[in-house]
Amino acid sequence: MASADLDANGGRRPRPLSPHLGIYRPIVTMVMSIMHRVTGMMNIGGLLLVVAYLLALAAGPESFATAQAFFGHWLVRVVLVAFTWSLIHHALGGVRHAIWDLGHGFGKERENLAWMTLAGSILITVALWALIVVLEVI
Amino acid sequence: MRDPRDNSDGFSAPHRTSLKTIRGLGSARSGTEHFIQQRFTALANFVLVIVLAFVAIAMSGRSYTEAVALIGSPWVAVPLALAIISVCLHMKIGVQVVVEDYVHGLAGLTLLILNAVFAALVGGAALFAVVKILLAALSVQVAE
Ligand code: HEM
Repeated sequence: MASADLDANGGRRPRPLSPHLGIYRPIVTMVMSIMHRVTGMMNIGGLLLVVAYLLALAAGPESFATAQAFFGHWLVRVVLVAFTWSLIHHALGGVRHAIWDLGHGFGKERENLAWMTLAGSILITVALWALIVVLEVI
Repeated sequence: MRDPRDNSDGFSAPHRTSLKTIRGLGSARSGTEHFIQQRFTALANFVLVIVLAFVAIAMSGRSYTEAVALIGSPWVAVPLALAIISVCLHMKIGVQVVVEDYVHGLAGLTLLILNAVFAALVGGAALFAVVKILLAALSVQVAE
């Protein structure tokens, strides 16, 4: 009976493994699921910046001027673009969750939905920042 | 009478509370509530973030007085305050799920407490700022 667990030489055969992250070829739905968690945690950083901005405005003209200079710096701008992308990616991921919660999106279309989350987040981020730059220039 | 701990017939559940529940390692009994709250706040976040994205864009290049007037207008301050509450609740539950997944034992419990404190502090500070900006905008209106 126990022979199923033993190989020809009587040694122990390795038990079957269930698939896990270490051996799974990444597929888009899986990566987007991880991204939802990563962007959720990233959003905390973006929130802290927003709160710092609000506190600076509440504290008066001098601190607001400091905040304006800080947020106007190109390096901080790059960080802000990253946080914008994170928030939008997470928000679109939230839409995907809403579709699932309503009982849809489990068929073949799920891969398309995952790609749309990624593409949509990049497109909307670029569009928003293009709008900001245009508004600042004119 | 059958021993309440005996389930040797393979059918009846043992009539006793498992040790893991007694030690508090079982369900936290708020999973479903958190699941629903996470969805509820997600929806609120979604709507409010879209509204406030336009406000954020409109903020760029404003002077201090203009900025106070915009954020301090009730049409912005109220949605902003609601967004802060919704986002902080959402963040608290969201991070809690992540901590519960990866960190266990005393370290996990400590992180869960810090997480709750963090969300309350961030939310409190943000709401304080909004109220102060609102009052500043109002006092300008009164002075005029
Ligand atoms: C447009 C706004 C947002 C929407 C629609 C949204 C939606 C969601 C949804 C549906 C979930 C549940 C995912 C799951 O059960 O696996 C979630 C998780 C989470 N969200 Fe958000 N969210 C938004 C904004 C934010 C913000 C601003 C933050 C942080 C400050 C945040 C942090 C998190 C975290 C940490 C999680 C847990 C991630 C995980 O369990 O994998 N979210 N979000």
